[in-house]
Amino acid sequence: MEPRRPKHTKAIAVAATVTFLVIVTVAAFFIGSSTVGFPEFMALITGNPISDSAKSILLNVRLPRVLAALMAGAALAMAGALIQAVLDNPLACPNIIGINAGAGFAVLLTSSLLPGMFAIQPIAAFIGALITAIVIFFISLGMGVSRLTVVLAGIALSSIFGAGMNTILIVNPDAYVGASRFLVGGLSGVLMSNLTWPSPYIIGGLAAAVFVANKLNIMSLGDATAHSLGMNVGRWRMSLLGLAALLAGAAVSFAGLLGFVGLIVPHLIRFLVGHDNRIVLPLSATFGAAFVVFCDLLARVMFAPYEIPVGILMAFIGGPFFIYLIIRNRRYGGDG
Amino acid sequence: MVKRSSTFAVPEKVGHASDAAGSAATSTASATAGSVAAAATVTATTSGAATSGAATSGAATLSSPAVTVRDIDYSYTKKPFIEGLSLDFARGKITSIVGPNGCGKSTLLKIIDGLIEPYTGEVVINGKPSLEMTGKERARHLALLAQGARPPAMSVEALVACGRYPYQNRMRSHLDAEDKLQVEEAMALAGIEHFRHHDVRRLSGGERQRAFIAMTLAQNTGIIALDEPTTYLDVRACHDIMQLVSELNREAGKTIVMVIHDLDLALRYSDHMMVMEKGKCICADSVDAVFASGAIEQAFQVEVCRFPSDKRTAYTHFPL
Repeated sequence: MEPRRPKHTKAIAVAATVTFLVIVTVAAFFIGSSTVGFPEFMALITGNPISDSAKSILLNVRLPRVLAALMAGAALAMAGALIQAVLDNPLACPNIIGINAGAGFAVLLTSSLLPGMFAIQPIAAFIGALITAIVIFFISLGMGVSRLTVVLAGIALSSIFGAGMNTILIVNPDAYVGASRFLVGGLSGVLMSNLTWPSPYIIGGLAAAVFVANKLNIMSLGDATAHSLGMNVGRWRMSLLGLAALLAGAAVSFAGLLGFVGLIVPHLIRFLVGHDNRIVLPLSATFGAAFVVFCDLLARVMFAPYEIPVGILMAFIGGPFFIYLIIRNRRYGGDG
Repeated sequence: MVKRSSTFAVPEKVGHASDAAGSAATSTASATAGSVAAAATVTATTSGAATSGAATSGAATLSSPAVTVRDIDYSYTKKPFIEGLSLDFARGKITSIVGPNGCGKSTLLKIIDGLIEPYTGEVVINGKPSLEMTGKERARHLALLAQGARPPAMSVEALVACGRYPYQNRMRSHLDAEDKLQVEEAMALAGIEHFRHHDVRRLSGGERQRAFIAMTLAQNTGIIALDEPTTYLDVRACHDIMQLVSELNREAGKTIVMVIHDLDLALRYSDHMMVMEKGKCICADSVDAVFASGAIEQAFQVEVCRFPSDKRTAYTHFPL
């Protein structure tokens, strides 16, 4: 947090993030529980003959998984960066405004009412997240849309959905079996078809977010100043929160309740490149994508042939980081 | 008890103290003296200073008020707070709004800036009702420096560049040549070029306020509204900021409307004053006329005394 941050620091951070993304993405293709590895990967790329099983593993198992990790990471990190900037709260993330709880409740509800129909779970998650965002939108609309209102509404909704989830689990314990993978958050068994619906939302959402990053810089001057500069602060705050909900909801629909990506990645990026959202937003998405691919890779190989859900691994990394943030925040007077 | 004693003898000590305030103050003092000589009423003024003021604000004519507030009603609760308030703010002048806490000064400024909408009445900025303007259009006519604006995590230069937001649109959110020129001019005018790369959060109170003023200058408006620009600043920094404000008025032709708590600063550096009490304007006129009217005494329940030095004048007050 020096008063002056030399330009080349940003260039290095951008180069390092992109390099990291490329390396982990390529690595994720040829490292896995099966023996299919680098030679098969190269053969596939160069068009040389490879066995059908190897091709199937690369295209039907690893490709959707890597794509899912990339999209989930980019979307959740972007959603987190948006929410933190819009609410001016460094500890905010998609969980805080109730998105995850809404999605989780919807998934448990469908797995309880329609057991065995796993295909509709991603759709249910997406709808749950969106409904939560819309409800928060209308609650906030009637109350002048202060930063605190949105957080309080999110906490209230989270506890309502949490109570709903617990009720379902007590009344119908079988629901957990169908929904456990989703509730923990993981990318094993993701199919290409799971990505069809969410991917346009994620790609469009990421592009839109980068496009409006400058608005967040104006917003960081405070409501009165942003208004004085001619911005309709209330409208933009809600639009950007809606965008964050869309991104998070789309990601949660196939990746499950992945916590902490949205929290830690934007923090790390701001620590590296400062607070200019025109850099923070795209770099958060890039690093978020790389981070989830990396964690998923670790989750696959750490206890191979057993696999731990990536959500658990990220919580183990994210939890201590969260505590570190709280301590650092206290020591340096909230300098997010 | 003698009220408003403009004939007060100047105690030697006080005279020395105000001289020690710095030679830079001399120019400002003469400006104040000038306005004292020219001062007559709020509305009828087209002196030399007003000429350059009109130059920056196209449509409106020289003598028309920069901002007109007409029949404003507003309340935070069911009880009326501001009722039937009407006033003109003269173009090319520095007008200070003073009044006790909770009298509606800041509310009035928020209404002028469109942050809150009055129940009835209208605000006319440069001849156009503000409700007919888009936010960005209004921000190209009037720049407001909000009270105690929170220092953002960006460089001084980046902060000043935010002042160009009203000129940007969906297709163009980066700075073009004109924007960059305006940012440079704003920083030069505010005298902050030498710390342009510093983090705004690391600046002293006075420097920070200068940076924010530069941001409003980058908006390139004819009118600048300031909400308590000297709060939390030390004495020297207060005078620095007020001298900058009168420079902007005299040299850049800006119309200044400011809410200010410090009566001495308000009386010294303004051309006109508006005294508010309980949501009403009890007096609005040139500084001398307001000083002579006793409205300040009535609103604040203090006795205001004038201390003329060689070329300058200071004001102090005693509780009644």
